[in-house]
Amino acid sequence: MLSTHAHAEIDREVSKYPDGRQQAAVMAALRIAQQEKGWLSEEVIEYVAGLLGLEPIQVAEVATFYSMYDLEPVGRHKICVCTNISCMLRGSDDVVAHLQRRLGIKVGQTSADGRFSLRSVECLAACGGAPMMQIGKRYYENLTPASIDEILDGLE
Amino acid sequence: MPTIEIDGRTLDVAAGTMIIKAADDAGIYIPRFCYHEKLSIAANCRMCLVEVEKAPKPLPACATPVADGMKISTASAAAVEAQKGTMEFLLINHPLDCPICDQGGECPLQDQAMGYGKDVSRFAENKRVVDDYDIGPLISTEMTRCIHCTRCVRFGQEVAGIMELGASGRGEHMHIGTFVGRSVDSELSGNVIDLCPVGALTSKPYRFSARAWELANADAISPHDCVGANLNVQSLRNEVRRVLPRDNRQVNDCWLADRDRYSYTAVNDSDRLTTPVVRRDDNWHEVDWQTALDAAVQGLTTVLTERGPAQLGALVSPTATLEEFYLLQKLVRGLGSDNIDHRLRQRDFRDDAAAPLCPGLGQPMSTLDDQAALLLVGSNIRKDQPLLGLRIRNAFRAGATVMAVNCQDYDFHFDLAFRHIVAPDAMPRALAAVAAAFAVQQGIELPRELAAWVSSGEIEFSDSDSAGIAGQLAEHGAEASILLGSTALQHADFSALRAIAQWLATESGATLGVLPDANSAAGWIAGAVPQRLANGVAASVSGRHAAAMLEQPLGAYITFGIDPELDCLDGRGARAALQSADFVVSFSAFRSGQEAANVVLPIATFVETAGTYVNCTGQVQTAAAAVAAPGEGRPGWKILRVLGNLLGVDDFDYVTAADVSAEVDVARIKTGAEVSQWQLYAPNGSRPVEGLARISDVPLYAVDAIVRRAEALQATVDNRTAAAYLNAAQAERLVVDGCNSVEVQTDGASVRLPVVIDPRVPDGCVYIPAGYAETVDIGDAMSVRLVAA
Repeated sequence: MLSTHAHAEIDREVSKYPDGRQQAAVMAALRIAQQEKGWLSEEVIEYVAGLLGLEPIQVAEVATFYSMYDLEPVGRHKICVCTNISCMLRGSDDVVAHLQRRLGIKVGQTSADGRFSLRSVECLAACGGAPMMQIGKRYYENLTPASIDEILDGLE
Repeated sequence: MPTIEIDGRTLDVAAGTMIIKAADDAGIYIPRFCYHEKLSIAANCRMCLVEVEKAPKPLPACATPVADGMKISTASAAAVEAQKGTMEFLLINHPLDCPICDQGGECPLQDQAMGYGKDVSRFAENKRVVDDYDIGPLISTEMTRCIHCTRCVRFGQEVAGIMELGASGRGEHMHIGTFVGRSVDSELSGNVIDLCPVGALTSKPYRFSARAWELANADAISPHDCVGANLNVQSLRNEVRRVLPRDNRQVNDCWLADRDRYSYTAVNDSDRLTTPVVRRDDNWHEVDWQTALDAAVQGLTTVLTERGPAQLGALVSPTATLEEFYLLQKLVRGLGSDNIDHRLRQRDFRDDAAAPLCPGLGQPMSTLDDQAALLLVGSNIRKDQPLLGLRIRNAFRAGATVMAVNCQDYDFHFDLAFRHIVAPDAMPRALAAVAAAFAVQQGIELPRELAAWVSSGEIEFSDSDSAGIAGQLAEHGAEASILLGSTALQHADFSALRAIAQWLATESGATLGVLPDANSAAGWIAGAVPQRLANGVAASVSGRHAAAMLEQPLGAYITFGIDPELDCLDGRGARAALQSADFVVSFSAFRSGQEAANVVLPIATFVETAGTYVNCTGQVQTAAAAVAAPGEGRPGWKILRVLGNLLGVDDFDYVTAADVSAEVDVARIKTGAEVSQWQLYAPNGSRPVEGLARISDVPLYAVDAIVRRAEALQATVDNRTAAAYLNAAQAERLVVDGCNSVEVQTDGASVRLPVVIDPRVPDGCVYIPAGYAETVDIGDAMSVRLVAA
């Protein structure tokens, strides 16, 4: 289900905690699994549960609680637009509207070609550059429709 | 010890006690939903907010430990305002559907809404709606009603030991459910219905069949295992509608196993026999009592006079009441025979004469929770005695070491520190290895017979598990227990297992216990065994035990409360013996399964008869009938009394069940497992020369005639398929791994069964459950051959 590399990484996380406390590594294990698989399917959740000696529902509780775990397939580029207060005051509504128009999808959806997924998220701690969005691991700040187009054009 | 004040009352409370517990103990009411004495503290419903002097805001009583000088008000204006506020939030999403909700009338949320709710909701928006999933045949869900107290989640995680329900999502999107709609399969799952403070989890078989306030309540005792769980049987118009637990700290706490809770569904089954029937010219005729009893008397008398009293035998279900055991043995003995037994699945009777007065734990149930080391010998305690299994789990959670000598690697809800998982014939050797390791560690001598056996080279005891088990028993001594379970009781070398376990217990100071079937302890004290009369008096001549009665067929049989083919160890032998008998009288609550009988007399089930039960700790519990038996059905003890009169047996004039039990000296009852005279009988279970060793036990929903007909229980996962269970490697070696089914051959019979791959079955073995119609023909075979079909 997961690569040897992912297993090794999960083992490393488990080893950080005392014996019998492998449940503590559940968030890290899910993150590693998601990195490799792109999203967390039921099978992956059950597999992670097996690795950590937990019941599947225990892992599902965590996976469904945090919004950064994806329970559905996501596009190659996951665009997370902050719509929290600072960004909202600086026009995040327009950012979302522009992205939806440009990509032809709504918030929460993935484009038909599988390139982009659009999400609205809470504060990403970059209020100084509001409005902002995160694509992959990178932050893009002080967004305007023009800069958004430029950013998107620069992506594969 | 802190002194606190609750609502003006001064109380001395142990440090660390939560306010809600202190208030409960003092009889002061605090509303609550998520708090439950037997579960961990979640503090997530906020209904128990109370005012504490000098605290800036209301505090949850369930999660606030007492402190010296604390002044608490549970019903001050501030406390009530907080409680009302919580209630308003809880009701925001709770549907106003009490009239169509099964919980209506017995609902903590409904009750507390009366006290703390508003007349009108200020919440004009749409309520949330939650999807329902089918989580099995026992529990109905209506998750829109859920208030997220998480009692059911904590029950699974903490008490039942298997987390099946969980809380997914967060905030308003949080919902309780199973992982992708799986079923809840715990053998204790029904308890979440009692725990649920709203109508989200309700009983599926009971659903919409009655209202709580119209039900009549009666006490009863569960007859299905040796726990004797206390039941509250609720009926409407003489029909049992559901069964709830009664609190009894010594026995079942506030829990019930699903088997205790749902077995009542068989009581209302269409298979119930409602009139006496007799067989004439191979046809069944419904007759009145007089005709049936006359036929029974005539048939029995003919056999007794023509073939002699030793040709009469009685086989009685271990679920019978003390009164039924007593009267049946008195009847049989009054007619001149000592052939009576209730140990229908036992194989090895060699240590009968030295057996204790009543089989049992030899200690109170509650001390099991405090054991430091527990050795299970031939026991699937989690499924066989679910409520005792809970206590083992309690001990485990408190740090006890649990160990096992078993022939399947059962899924326990506790971890095994050391284990021997071996073929049935190897069990005595595995236990002897523990004894040998113990002797070496302690530098003591083994008893001569055991030493001879160990030195014969048959026993390998240098393994770490033997040493581990021995070491734990030595270390914990008086705080250790050895329990012989159902598989041990049914083992071909039960006497050897008992002897070795007893030696270990004596030398280490551990307590030896046995987990008998159902009401077996009452069977022993009432004299329903061939070698003992009532009150433990040795019979001058021992009659035949259950297996012997079937091996050499008798002229006449009385069967009581059993499906002979399914309840006897050798189902095939039982069928043959009963068919060849001249006359068979059957006492049965059900129509089916009595094909070999000449007369079938309809008896009452456990909810329909007054009766006494003795559990594995020797506790004597008496219950009255909750409802009347359907049709012409009568309590077994009454029928036996009349039959005794008609057959002219002396002293058979009883008016009440209590008159009967008065003749049994229940005050003498003491349970245990130790034989009075130690002897090691040579093991007679040998490794099969060819084929596989057959492991057989009776799955928990096949143990007796009632459970077998409880539809709801039969629909659960625990009702295992009658199949041949093999581990994958074994299946591959036999080239049956790709097969859907397999031919199981024994001497003289062949049965086709599905193949199931099960890693818990050891090499060289096949697990074929007993108690199913499909496996009757395999009889009591200890080895079988499998051929791909």
